[in-house]
Amino acid sequence: MITAIAPPRENYLTHEYGIKSWLLTQDHKRIALLYLGAISFFFFLGGIFATIIRLELLTPPGDLVSSQTYNKLFSLHGIIMIFLFMIPSIPATLGNFLVPMMIGCKDLAFPKINLLSWYIFMAGGALILYAMLRGGVDTGWTFYVPFSTSYANTYVILTAVGIFIAGFSSILTGLNFIVTIHRMRAPGLTWFRLPLFIWSMYATSVIQVLGTPVIAVTLLLVAVERGFHIGIFDPALGGDPVLFQHLFWFYSHPAVYIMVLPGMGVISELVSVYSRKRVFGYKFVAFSSVAIAVLGFLVWGHHMFVSSQSVYASLIFSFLSFMVAVPSAIKVFNWTATLYKGSISYDTPMLYAFGFIGLFTIGGLTGTFLATLGFDVHVTDTYFVVAHFHYIMVGGTMMAYLGGLHYWWPKITGRMYHEGWAKLSALVVFLGFNLTFFPQFIMGYLGMPRRYHAYPPEFQVYHVLSTAGASVLAVGYLIPAIYFIWAMRYGQPAPDNPWGATGLEWQTSSPPPPENFEITPVVTQEAYDYSILEEMTVG
Amino acid sequence: MNPSFQLLPPEASTTAAHLDHLTVYLLIVATFFTVLIFALIFYFAIKYRRRSEYERPVEVHGGMTLEIVWSVVPFLLMMVMFVWGASVFFEMSRPPDDAMNVYVVAKQWMWKTQHLEGHREINELHVPLGRPIRLTMTSEDVIHSFYMPAFRVKFDVLPGRYTTAWFNPTKPGQYHLFCAEYCGTLHSGMIGWIYVMEPSDYETWLAGGTGGESLAASGEKLFQYLACANCHRTDKPGRCPNLEGLFGQPVLLTTNQTVKADEAYIRESILDPGAKIVAGYQNIMPSFQGLVTEEELLQLIEYIKSLGKHPQTVAAPGAIPPGLQTRGTAGGNLLNPPPASPGSQQQQK
Repeated sequence: MITAIAPPRENYLTHEYGIKSWLLTQDHKRIALLYLGAISFFFFLGGIFATIIRLELLTPPGDLVSSQTYNKLFSLHGIIMIFLFMIPSIPATLGNFLVPMMIGCKDLAFPKINLLSWYIFMAGGALILYAMLRGGVDTGWTFYVPFSTSYANTYVILTAVGIFIAGFSSILTGLNFIVTIHRMRAPGLTWFRLPLFIWSMYATSVIQVLGTPVIAVTLLLVAVERGFHIGIFDPALGGDPVLFQHLFWFYSHPAVYIMVLPGMGVISELVSVYSRKRVFGYKFVAFSSVAIAVLGFLVWGHHMFVSSQSVYASLIFSFLSFMVAVPSAIKVFNWTATLYKGSISYDTPMLYAFGFIGLFTIGGLTGTFLATLGFDVHVTDTYFVVAHFHYIMVGGTMMAYLGGLHYWWPKITGRMYHEGWAKLSALVVFLGFNLTFFPQFIMGYLGMPRRYHAYPPEFQVYHVLSTAGASVLAVGYLIPAIYFIWAMRYGQPAPDNPWGATGLEWQTSSPPPPENFEITPVVTQEAYDYSILEEMTVG
Repeated sequence: MNPSFQLLPPEASTTAAHLDHLTVYLLIVATFFTVLIFALIFYFAIKYRRRSEYERPVEVHGGMTLEIVWSVVPFLLMMVMFVWGASVFFEMSRPPDDAMNVYVVAKQWMWKTQHLEGHREINELHVPLGRPIRLTMTSEDVIHSFYMPAFRVKFDVLPGRYTTAWFNPTKPGQYHLFCAEYCGTLHSGMIGWIYVMEPSDYETWLAGGTGGESLAASGEKLFQYLACANCHRTDKPGRCPNLEGLFGQPVLLTTNQTVKADEAYIRESILDPGAKIVAGYQNIMPSFQGLVTEEELLQLIEYIKSLGKHPQTVAAPGAIPPGLQTRGTAGGNLLNPPPASPGSQQQQK
């Protein structure tokens, strides 16, 4: 740690004060913080639902809440975690903060649209919360028809419209990033000098722009059929329920990559800086993001192997799903190879990166299990699937998000967090996560269906392990919430470049000035060139 | 904690055994790569830990060979998964011809099963050991999914159409039946049991039950009751196609298209007769939508199927009675529209 504190410079947090200066800001860094506040709230709300679900499942009979309540709990857990936390998580917070800083410009291409997208997100979120307070929704986050359109007795339309609105925020953010990355890179910052985080944000943005309109239209059709009894999906009205599944997964599978690609981008940054090496196979890692974004649009049918879709369609979707596993494998191998002969430090963000690589490996490999046709028939709609996607989203994206939040925290707030507590919580999160979700793989192969309020007694032992793990995991998430809030006020002032990183965002002060850089930087090297480290401040 | 602790589900069908072999392969591949990655991370993290703040690692440049190796090797291992998984899947999706038919009707929140012999069960299904069982399934309301973990069989059950699944039980016993597609409030209560019985016990069960008449017999009564026979005549040309021997045969439509007369076609023709008109006939049949239940539809279908098994139609080649030659077994004659007086010996609906 440095001992001398630099004289206070004007930064984006201090150059204006008051609630109005936040709610009307066009500064991407402040908007990132607005998002951070909002999604943290949604994360803890979704977490409360998860906690009640895990407590209910401690015993085989449904004895803590009613079936209807349980169904609402898992529906809202899914809807809030996916649409209001996971999808905006890394792009809207870290992405918003870092895209202009990493490419050396003052702001995103459309600062007003950026603020607008936050308001749209809040409007969508508020509608979903309003639907929840009115009585919630019990369709699951998947809204399968004809249950959602003709049978459910809850606030389906209100919730669907909330997600519809929030989707526009995702589209606008994606659009903003694409234009910014194309047009506003600092002099000398060619495509192959970009940090890999930017490549992954770019690939993510393309999916957001192309995919989100499809889910928007699909949910609108659900609302139309439910509200006006126009036959689109319900066979009783002349519709086709499998059509809904095609439309839904056409977005919702790529949405998985909206959630995990940004995490991969964060991990590329972390692995590089904490081993002081250029990411091994930079171009392969960069292009694998693009490959995932493209192939990700062609695999939706692997959610529908038992839906009555043609067996030949299933054959093709199975094949393409294996294809999309290749670029993911390339990333894992290249990150691991980056460690080779590096100078590896065990700072908290790196612990999260190690956790990500391990858990993503398990999540990815079990993904290939699910792409395997015969195997999928047995385990689809069981806890095996639940375990798999939590390994990708919580073991993957959530680990990357926490790792990224720790890594850029000094830059964002200008304060250091408590390293000891941070290391402890990283360990607690890793252990709690595995204890929660690993038993669910076994339970799924045994045949425990997902979305069951009550279950046969032979599954109890695995549910007890899972609930125990969830308690540990909850503690692991609460500790950072406490020390981050504490650090905002009492943390050690952060140096400009505490980790000795090469990225442009570390070349300016912590926290950055409102215009990010006093002089527009000129880039002359590749990303992650640690041979120039001598010239930089080492914290 | 629980006396019946298990690590693997019972393996009680031919498919279950085939799938479990595939699972072993998947686990070997997954374990190999998981251990490899974890071991490398631990090894590198310890061996190359930062020893001084001023350490400057040498750059290690990536190599094309390495990138190709770690793309191609996993790809080839995955192609084994793909082919193996597809072969198990094709086995799952093709019931053997000699399979025993059982009908399943799902509704919120119960399973109704019907044996051809007439036995009906709720949330239970009794089947004989060692005999392939083919399930023809439909739903009265939302999407459900018929899941029997011990047989590794699952298939969605949809409203408005028929789906099929099959299994060949290899161990007597009592096995879970679950609804695997979320279907509303009591989704987790939509469960039951599959009883696999020794064939002799199954015969006893069949004889002792409250079976009553066969599905086809119920269907015949319904056929008379709904006055279908007034137009679909078998004794003389009627206003509507003769249904004898229809099932499984191709049917020529007014649009010049040909469709196979399967369960879905017959169901549609009863509920929405105007959807596909047999060549040579008028669209005069009223819809029976709302007048017959899903279970009654299955009885009607089973009755129409039984018409195909009429002694005349299964006569050995060479022993075809005079006047029936045109019926054939391949049904090639069906591709021609009927003559001026429809319904002579044609098999159109």
